[in-house]
Amino acid sequence: MTVAADHPITLRRRRWLDAALTFVRRQPLGTVGLVVVIVAALAGLSAEWIAPYNPTSNDFAVMTEPPSAAHWLGTDQFGRDLLSRIIYGARTALIIGFVSAFVGGFAGLVLGVGSAYFGGLIDLALQRVMDILMAFPLIIMALAVVAIFGTGVQNVIIAITVPLIPRCARVVRASALSIREVPYIDAARTCGFGHVRIILRHMVPNVVAPFLIMLTAFVGQAILAEASLSYLGLGVQEPVPAWGLMLQGGAEEYASTAPWIAIFPGLAIALTVFGFSLFGDALRDAIDPKLRER
Amino acid sequence: MKIRNGWRATLVIALLATTPALAQTPKKGGTFTYMIPADAPPSLDGHKENTFATLQATAPFYSTLIAVNPDNPSSTTDFVCDLCTEMPKPTDDGKTYTFKIRKDVKFHDGTPLSAADVALSWQYIVHPPKGVSSARESYMVMVDTVENPDPETVVFKLKFATSAFLPALADPYAYIYKKETLEKDPSWFEKNVMGSGPFKFSAYEIGQSIKGTRNPDYYHAGQPYLDGFVAIFAAKQSVRVDAIRADRAVTEFRGMPPSARDELVKELGDKVTVQTSDWNCVNLLTPNQKKKPFDDVKVRRALALAIDQWKGAPALSKIATVHTVGGLVFPGSPLAATKDELIKMSAFSTDMDKARAEAKKLLKEAGAENLKFELMNRNVDQPYKFIATWAIDEWSKIGVKATQKVLPTGPFYEALRSGSFEVAVEFNCQNLVNPLLDVAKVLPRSVYPENYGGYEDPKLIELYNTMLTETDATKQREKMRAFETYALDTQVDTIMTPWWERIIVARSYMKGWKISPSHYINLNLANIWLDK
Repeated sequence: MTVAADHPITLRRRRWLDAALTFVRRQPLGTVGLVVVIVAALAGLSAEWIAPYNPTSNDFAVMTEPPSAAHWLGTDQFGRDLLSRIIYGARTALIIGFVSAFVGGFAGLVLGVGSAYFGGLIDLALQRVMDILMAFPLIIMALAVVAIFGTGVQNVIIAITVPLIPRCARVVRASALSIREVPYIDAARTCGFGHVRIILRHMVPNVVAPFLIMLTAFVGQAILAEASLSYLGLGVQEPVPAWGLMLQGGAEEYASTAPWIAIFPGLAIALTVFGFSLFGDALRDAIDPKLRER
Repeated sequence: MKIRNGWRATLVIALLATTPALAQTPKKGGTFTYMIPADAPPSLDGHKENTFATLQATAPFYSTLIAVNPDNPSSTTDFVCDLCTEMPKPTDDGKTYTFKIRKDVKFHDGTPLSAADVALSWQYIVHPPKGVSSARESYMVMVDTVENPDPETVVFKLKFATSAFLPALADPYAYIYKKETLEKDPSWFEKNVMGSGPFKFSAYEIGQSIKGTRNPDYYHAGQPYLDGFVAIFAAKQSVRVDAIRADRAVTEFRGMPPSARDELVKELGDKVTVQTSDWNCVNLLTPNQKKKPFDDVKVRRALALAIDQWKGAPALSKIATVHTVGGLVFPGSPLAATKDELIKMSAFSTDMDKARAEAKKLLKEAGAENLKFELMNRNVDQPYKFIATWAIDEWSKIGVKATQKVLPTGPFYEALRSGSFEVAVEFNCQNLVNPLLDVAKVLPRSVYPENYGGYEDPKLIELYNTMLTETDATKQREKMRAFETYALDTQVDTIMTPWWERIIVARSYMKGWKISPSHYINLNLANIWLDK
């Protein structure tokens, strides 16, 4: 039926499909990263259905069992199934990763564009605050926030979100500064549009490309920060399944006697962060017009 | 004086039998290096501090009046003289103890030690003058006066006769300081060391190490055997394990988790020995009775009923430094409850299906069927976090959802003291086994400042006081049962977890040292020698 082929929705779908196929063809590593991210996301979303065991239920009959048919990735010191904990851990990692990255990213986007748009004293003051926040490495800032608010999922999200804000704001501001001077922004001002409209309708869409790339990097960074905090005993707490926590429980005490307790959550962290990094790099190559033309 | 043969520590030797070693003649010489599993202690003053880091760093420099028998440290009732000449028999209906002090003891500066030094040190411990801090003042409530009628005699007069006195007197922190220095500046010992013990102070690098050399004038003939010692501070377990593995240190005296023991035994075989003992430490799960619904005894009992002590203890002992199911009293003590006595209490049921059904029923009656709460814990892995993970899973079996909130030590104690918690994993860990004083932990805060349950209970105090002043051993045991049953079963003021297990892994050339139920005693190194 040629009618359907001419329908605008179908055309849009085809454009998306073409874009996806082009991405797969031109960015094979990025595609691998995307697959890893999708697998992790699916695991986290469907943990209740696919995890073979309750991730928090102790089973003293099978403590520190090596990988077997019953427990594919073995069990930890409490006899908990490692595969189930890693599947549920994906949920913890992605919830913390995505929420931190999106909240931090959007806050940074608003502050960055706003700072560039208004300029003057507002820009000066905001950028000095960002300078102060950026003076601390991400993990140090996160440690400080956890020390103030305490441990737990919510506080870990806050701890990771806060240091991400200035990083996003600084990059977004740089892009927005050049956009602020283009004629259509002047035209919008001449038409009498308000600041909010100009920022949201005319400036933000033009900094979305670097913003999206940064978001993917932020998710990976946030997952790593969560794992680091949990490893230090300052992130989420037992019995919540979380990769960093699992690593912490296994690495120090069972590295030689039951290495699988540390190896598998370590692999999960490494793979997922690697996946986000590959995908982020590929996304940058795909979106950036200069790189895309090469 | 051997009061009574108590429980004996389990001695497990990995591949190397100790019996022939103990029979060997001690060899002299060598420097003994051991690890202290802590950062720098707040000060070096044993009278002021509570932390084992102070004790494990300074005990070799000091003498005490009496001590737990170093040849039988696993006994809870075997005490011997250190500075005294003979363990005294009490007079005045058990209210007066007269000690004769050795004449051959010198401080490390060469001046003689006399009864006046002993008396003043104890006076400062029992009744510290204004501005002087004594961490053990509350343990010596039975002492009225400490006098020295002549240069060789020290007399303790008690307010009431109690069998808790001698164990309290054997407190390993009760260092004998020089009278002149103590009177001049009681805080001098916070930053300086000068005692009369087996080793003389050599050097101290804060947070790094402390060193001592042999005291040639030591009064116990032939001791110490070592030329000197180096104690290295290392808070991280992996550092300590690596040090023993690489033979950079001989041992540590606090205790290792089973996983570290297994790792070292697997890698070093007969190059290490392992000694294990029940440990006079226990974690308690304490509900805050000032917070609802924990003010309801039904809720507290439900939480206790849910926990399978008998199945949990052997399983946890494989991964954590816990081992023995027990009540309020250290399991090795003659005053401790037997298994038959324990299972009479609902918190120690052996029929878990029935117990958990009862727990659900109690929660329903209390209107707390979907109970959710936060379990506050200290940021210490062994065994605190293991205990919490286990308890949370046990509670989930009666439908209770608990989450764990972990705080660093400072904020943890702040929250305990301010009562800003729902249920807390706390601990009762005493210097040496003295059940009559140790169980005071469950007394209301108005009596025992380190109780955080948020309750007042005159009946509990009355039960305790009648037990404390009872001098007949059989009657005292009966009264202990009544006190324990009231606290753990009737009121469920706290929920017991398995008592800790002390595991000491040492290079097998370390000889002469025997494990005890406390990581605070038998630490002056006088009896240790190196078979190299």
